[in-house]
Amino acid sequence: MSSVAPARPDKGEAPPPSRGGVADRIFSVNLRQSGIYVAFALIVALFAILTHGSLLSPENMSNVLVQNSYILILSIGMILVIIAGHIDLSAGSVVAVCGAISAVLMVNHHVPWPLAVVLTLVAGALIGAWQGYWIAYFEIPAFIVTLAGMLIFRALTLTVLGNQGIGPFPDQVRTLANGFLPGYFGNVGLGPLGGADLFTLIVGVIGVAGIVLTQWRARQGRAGYGQNVGPLPVFIVRMALAAFVVMFIVVQLARFKNLPVVLILLTVLVLAYTLLTTRAVFGRHMYALGGNLQAARLSGIKTKSVVFLLFVNMGVLAAIAGVIFAGRLNQAGPTAGTNFELDSIAAAFIGGAAVQGGVGKVVGAITGGLIMAVINNGMSLLGAPSERVMLIKGLVLLAAVAFDVWAKRRAGTSR
Amino acid sequence: MTDDAILRMSGITKVFPGVKALQDVNLVVRRGEIHAICGENGAGKSTLMKVLSGVYPHGSYEGEIDFDGEPCRFSGIRDSEKHGIVIIHQELALSPYLSIAENIFLGNERAHRGLIDWNRTNADAAELLARVGLDENPVTPAMDLGVGKQQLVEIAKALSKDVKLLILDEPTAALNDADSAHLLDLLRGLREQGITCVIISHKLNEIKAIADSTTILRDGRTIETLDMEKDLVTEDRIISGMVGRDLEHRFPEHEPTIGEEVLRIEDWTVRSPTQHERLVVSGANLTLRRGEIVGLAGLMGAGRTELAMSVFGRSYGVGITGRVYKDGKEIRIKSVGDAIKHGIAYATEDRKRYGLNLIEDIKRNVSTAGLRKLARRGWVPDNEEFRVAEGYRKSMNIKAPSVLAVTGKLSGGNQQKVVLSKWLFTDPDVLILDEPTRGIDVGAKYEIYSIINEMADQGKAVLVISSELPELLGICDRVYAMSAGRITGEVSRAEATPERLMQFMTRYDEEQIAQ
Repeated sequence: MSSVAPARPDKGEAPPPSRGGVADRIFSVNLRQSGIYVAFALIVALFAILTHGSLLSPENMSNVLVQNSYILILSIGMILVIIAGHIDLSAGSVVAVCGAISAVLMVNHHVPWPLAVVLTLVAGALIGAWQGYWIAYFEIPAFIVTLAGMLIFRALTLTVLGNQGIGPFPDQVRTLANGFLPGYFGNVGLGPLGGADLFTLIVGVIGVAGIVLTQWRARQGRAGYGQNVGPLPVFIVRMALAAFVVMFIVVQLARFKNLPVVLILLTVLVLAYTLLTTRAVFGRHMYALGGNLQAARLSGIKTKSVVFLLFVNMGVLAAIAGVIFAGRLNQAGPTAGTNFELDSIAAAFIGGAAVQGGVGKVVGAITGGLIMAVINNGMSLLGAPSERVMLIKGLVLLAAVAFDVWAKRRAGTSR
Repeated sequence: MTDDAILRMSGITKVFPGVKALQDVNLVVRRGEIHAICGENGAGKSTLMKVLSGVYPHGSYEGEIDFDGEPCRFSGIRDSEKHGIVIIHQELALSPYLSIAENIFLGNERAHRGLIDWNRTNADAAELLARVGLDENPVTPAMDLGVGKQQLVEIAKALSKDVKLLILDEPTAALNDADSAHLLDLLRGLREQGITCVIISHKLNEIKAIADSTTILRDGRTIETLDMEKDLVTEDRIISGMVGRDLEHRFPEHEPTIGEEVLRIEDWTVRSPTQHERLVVSGANLTLRRGEIVGLAGLMGAGRTELAMSVFGRSYGVGITGRVYKDGKEIRIKSVGDAIKHGIAYATEDRKRYGLNLIEDIKRNVSTAGLRKLARRGWVPDNEEFRVAEGYRKSMNIKAPSVLAVTGKLSGGNQQKVVLSKWLFTDPDVLILDEPTRGIDVGAKYEIYSIINEMADQGKAVLVISSELPELLGICDRVYAMSAGRITGEVSRAEATPERLMQFMTRYDEEQIAQ
């Protein structure tokens, strides 16, 4: 189609931006994308110093991950819903009602635990389908539908539980929520660090190798298609950094009590949903309709079924979180999951989601959730009262979104 | 003539990024007359009125405005209203849940020490309603009124502000015949009360019926001002002014190779989703052949976009009836997905709202509609997607550093090329292009025309909807004209003239304008 080239030189078409403009833009885009990780590193460093290293001690790190696993799982579902331009205020209540359902099945009716968990996940899917129907097909704003859901499913929780906690849970469910893998190969000595679980270390090394290998292959693939892949030293530094972070966490966990079961589950979920959002057609449709609903519809995307499925998915993840939370407390209680929806919404927005939809990453939401977790944990290690923790979390949320809006506005005016 | 001019706009030039919307425009309106402004879509009529009413404040344009004997520098719409200039926009701006009286005095409340005097509000409103001949209770909510009556409320609102110059932008576009006739009568009445009117209209018969003089704009310039009585102006006279005689634009040479019929639409009827009784498209028939570029001409509100979108997977309208044949076989299209499967593509007239995901990059926008074709078992091969997008970036000459550039940052012409790439990637047999060169500068237009020619040469049928007659005449092998939801004419390239098309485009069969 080279004949297409116009006879006249068309000025005014994509004027080459001034050099300062380009540098500016690269800087601001990078800051917007990586700002969250830099902020996370700074916050961790800050609290590590303030707590004289207690934050990064083996036991504390393990605790932070296990204690916040259910919020992080919810955040995965929440970021998808927010990318599509919706919101879910009912997540906490759904966590509660699913925990209650699993408790009634396992404790009152002695249903075998694997079957009970599956039934609970089905219940979560049905709850999600109920809300998704009103939002996607009846076109009621998600804010309203899930606000109603917040009340409805809290009420159902109380009904199912008969206003009292039900427990205790079978050991397997408690292990799922709270337990650790047994040390399959025993311990090895790590010199001054003391003994550490060999299996955990092996998993860590395999994980790092996997990350480096897939990243390298993706890089080679892109280069093969003539895409710009950036300088090799930068890539090496990035990989080294990732390897260091992963191995640091793994070593600390190995020094404490091996790998928490729930961390394995979380890792699998993060990998699966990252693939779904970045590589699957479904994920593309989700970003497309979040970015411009009309354009997506006119491109043949079945926008309603995508939104419906996102809420079904949210229900299933809330059910997983519900089982884990109940297993962790060893009891399904009537107030379980209170404010979980707010924590996971905050995680998504701190992690770079946009209020208008169309933007966000699973890893971002997880990082946002971890930022909140570290603030929570670090401040309580310092003995700060809970109202001050709440204050700081509120300010961090506002600052994160304000930064995002500011960066966007700057990018918009700089063209 | 100097003394009785209430408004004198001289040398008005207004530039938008990349486009000169107005260039040295002059307008003189005599006191107490009805002055019509005519021109094709995009000729600059609305822009001129926005300059006059202060929507574009002083300083954002060049030129002088003299109103009522003194130079004016309006800082905003409230400023111009203080001087007695009131504009009524095409899209009515009543607040649906407020009453008629509240709407009339919105921003201009009948209040005493900050509290609204309801008795005075409603009494004054009733008086104004009587003046515009609207027999409604002032406490009726605005949403209970039809479009025609809402229009009258707008005029009552203008009268409440002691209007000296009333500007109406396409006041009858959405009205039925009786309401239109009533409105025109009312304007005559206002003229007798000494109120000057400027009316923008496409309906030449209406202009002929009520205007005292007519100013014609074309491509952002004043062409002429006609004195309707002295010059014995006919509709044809106005048309020739609107379309001009020379085709200044340059179009690439193209020898069509026209094949067999690929798409036929029969007896297509579409109803408005908001007013079910209104037929937006009525009994339309249309045929497209391989390798052929067919134009669809029409003025604003003729139903062209609605026709295209209703065929494209029922994306517009309700109560759609009619038949669609693809390659001679009747097909049923229930969704956009069906339309794409049957090889139909529609590139929207409003690419920012309906065409692109502006926060995403070129690559992902190009792949959106053809993602199923690209994907393997539900997964998108990233590198393959990059290769496809990169291919279009090169062949379409999209000016961007890479396909990872965000589409929101591209110029109009390059955005349009991304939209075209997206649809070409679905490998359609029929391409419907709605205003493909709107908001694009001349050089990029030429490129778009070349791309259209190339599509036709590949055996695709192309339907081009455009408001620019020179464009349709320059690139189409055949042109349909639409007016008020009907296809009112069909002319081949050889017999097509702007005047001929404009006659079809302004044909309002059932309209009876009361004299």
